[in-house]
Amino acid sequence: MSTNTLERSAVAAKPKLSLVDCDIHPNLKSEAELFPFMERRWVEHAQQFGPNNHQGLAYTLQHPRFQPAVSRADAWPPGGGPPGSDLDFLRSHHLDAHGIAHGLLMLLRPTGCDERNLDFAAALCAAANDWQRECWVKPEPRLHGGIMIPQEDPAAAVKEIERCARTGGFAQVNFPPRALEPPGRRRYWSIYEAAVHHGFPVGLHVGGVPGHPTTGAGMPTYYLQEHHSNMPGMQAVVSSFVFEGVFERLPELRIVLIEGGFAWSPALCWRMDRAWRLMRAEVPQVPRPPSEYVRDHVYYTTQPIEEPDDPAHLGEIIDWIGHERIMFSTDYPHWDFDDPRYAFRTKLTEAQRAAIFGGNARALYRLP
Amino acid sequence: MSRHIVATVDEIAPGSSKLVTVKGREIAVFNVKGEFFALFNRCPHEGAPLCKGQVVSLVESDEPGTYRMSRQGELLRCPWHGWEFDIRTGQSYCDPANTWVRKFAVAVEPGERLAKGPYVAETFPVSVEQDYLVIEM
Amino acid sequence: MRLPLAGGIDCDVHIAPPSMRALLPHLDAYWREQMVNRGLDRVDFTLASARPRLPIAARPDSRGNGGELDTLRARLLDPLQLRTAICHALHGAIALHTEDMAAALCRAVNDWVAAEWLDREPRLRGSILLPLQNVELAVAEIERRAADQRFVQVLALAMVDQPLGRRHYWPVWAAAERHGLPLAIHAGSLFRHAPSATGWPSFHVEDHVLQAQAFDAQLASLIAEGAFQKFAALKVVLLESGLTWLPTFIWRMNKIWRGLRAEVPWVKQPPGDIIRDRVRVTLQPVDAPDDPQVLARTLDHIGAERMLLFSSDWPHWHDDRPDPIPDGVPDALARRMLLDNPAETYPRLSLPAARATEAAR
Repeated sequence: MSTNTLERSAVAAKPKLSLVDCDIHPNLKSEAELFPFMERRWVEHAQQFGPNNHQGLAYTLQHPRFQPAVSRADAWPPGGGPPGSDLDFLRSHHLDAHGIAHGLLMLLRPTGCDERNLDFAAALCAAANDWQRECWVKPEPRLHGGIMIPQEDPAAAVKEIERCARTGGFAQVNFPPRALEPPGRRRYWSIYEAAVHHGFPVGLHVGGVPGHPTTGAGMPTYYLQEHHSNMPGMQAVVSSFVFEGVFERLPELRIVLIEGGFAWSPALCWRMDRAWRLMRAEVPQVPRPPSEYVRDHVYYTTQPIEEPDDPAHLGEIIDWIGHERIMFSTDYPHWDFDDPRYAFRTKLTEAQRAAIFGGNARALYRLP
Repeated sequence: MSRHIVATVDEIAPGSSKLVTVKGREIAVFNVKGEFFALFNRCPHEGAPLCKGQVVSLVESDEPGTYRMSRQGELLRCPWHGWEFDIRTGQSYCDPANTWVRKFAVAVEPGERLAKGPYVAETFPVSVEQDYLVIEM
Repeated sequence: MRLPLAGGIDCDVHIAPPSMRALLPHLDAYWREQMVNRGLDRVDFTLASARPRLPIAARPDSRGNGGELDTLRARLLDPLQLRTAICHALHGAIALHTEDMAAALCRAVNDWVAAEWLDREPRLRGSILLPLQNVELAVAEIERRAADQRFVQVLALAMVDQPLGRRHYWPVWAAAERHGLPLAIHAGSLFRHAPSATGWPSFHVEDHVLQAQAFDAQLASLIAEGAFQKFAALKVVLLESGLTWLPTFIWRMNKIWRGLRAEVPWVKQPPGDIIRDRVRVTLQPVDAPDDPQVLARTLDHIGAERMLLFSSDWPHWHDDRPDPIPDGVPDALARRMLLDNPAETYPRLSLPAARATEAAR
């Protein structure tokens, strides 16, 4: 990697793009911030019992992270609270500073998606959705919510999608890449049907604690591996949607793979196409080569962007995928944040740049 | 090239840093065990403000499962992606040949001498009783 | 099928695992009686990941009328003018939970390979099947078989109980390194847990596609745990892994290493450099598009000159193209993968067949 000194001064680097950031993490100051949006029964449940999920450690991630709060050291709000918890600071430090016209919210914790108690899961999701709308989207129209759903109870998930479609403020349905089963399995189809019906893409942000290891080879030892495992995990998401025939069944479904990178996609498509040619008799629900479904249905956010030694290599990958499927994201305020000014080392044409930094997301999420 | 007075020596305790602006450029001045080093306040990777990074030790290993600490307080971890830089040289630990933070010469000068000039005192008056940090740029 | 030159080395040739009856002569008295009395002599422990009936398991021209060895000679060794073919038998012994039975069956499979294949065909070399369920038993099997120089590597599956880099397995890799045996990791799962991060897929075709990600995770494990530092002479060979996933793996690992290096300070070089130096990848299945330009570009992204080993993956069928080295592979690389790279990877290949056989006696 040839990374010399960044000599451009802060003044010269002032952003001109009016960009769309497809991955911004709002954060709760504390769990109690959700309580005004929950029935008393569930507030008491949260306080007395708390979450019930499938991992060894309670209240924290299984692979200890490398930065406090998994965040940029400069993203702690001066007024207190964890990174991402202060709307005013998020405005000045991120939205204004980077010229962001629209930001897609991605709430990571607490989520109902890992909760085994399905009624509690539904209550958590509904509260998280109301909190997004009331505390973030209404006061800041640049921000757009992601509908949290209890995906292991598809009927409840569909109801929540319908409710959020009515209240407004949301741009997509969030679905964990690591649910109890691969996302293409039939049990989840009604959720995708509801998303299509209401015109929402389905966003899959890395994560989920379903109880099985984060790689097919077993649980990683180090955070280095665990962080890396997000990328192969996203590939399993794609192959599941493709081979279960979800895209064939729902031609209008669009999925967005968030924080899993994108450079792996061509190789996965080549591999799927070859396997499909020889084994297609097993999957009659997939009448077209897998790569065609991927091209039509799958979008990728960029962060954490791949950084080959030769930036031109990434340019070739973008050409193979098609730049119209790639959408810029920062992951603010997390530590592996990508800065819109410097993240892309590969050369882009003006049209490609405009599409990746905003045009693609505006069209997909129907943003003004 | 001009010389700029950016701080008094007392202002920056060992192990800490101060962010200063010289000719419109942000510069992070570090005190490493009594020695002063000035680095451009932008990570060469994606431009993170290095003054917010943690000052750390060098961690090495002779064998998996062993951890050897040295050079306490001499490395800087970028506040975003955690890349490590040698505060003394500005060089990236992982890729010293190709990746570095721009470094500026910083000198300790007695106020007595500075009073004679020609120096640019950016923000504060110079008193003859104190020692000052001077960046050439 | 044809190759650009004669005398090449094929690094991934499957021989069908033996029936239990064929193994009986190679079992000791206890296990022979157990197998018969329990009716297990009529049960062939077929690895779920190596089902012989799947379309990808057998090329149309691999199902000959004669014996399997004759077919292998007539359809692969002779027409490709191979000097050497490294073979393995993926027997279900490695999936058993019963450790002693697993070890007994691995011993029997390895002895059967020596007697039925290596003794009869001097162009063949073998792989030591390891009962990794138990580290001590796996080490013992290496020690027992290693004197036979015709066994050129040890064999593990891509998805076993734990990631292969874990210190748990280090005594096994130490034994392999001591005897000049690369660690070969072959596609496949014991299904001890879900074969992907998303859980249990529905279809065989998904299982096949997901294999590449297991190799990705194994490389990440071997690197992060410091196995390449600990075993400075150990080479790792990926069998049937695919190869076009490698560029993204290298780019992402190199990047994340810069930020998290202090977690694994024994990793002193960019992971991509370690891989190019110590990991070898067999050619088939070539998971690339038909456009030779794209394959050529991807090989350039990998920096694969020294990494690739030629493989036909006989009798597997991943590719409807006739020749095992597809267009897009530069001539110089084809030569390297057929001759130089295998020679550099496998110290035991430099022994002429006669001497290797002699050492086995």
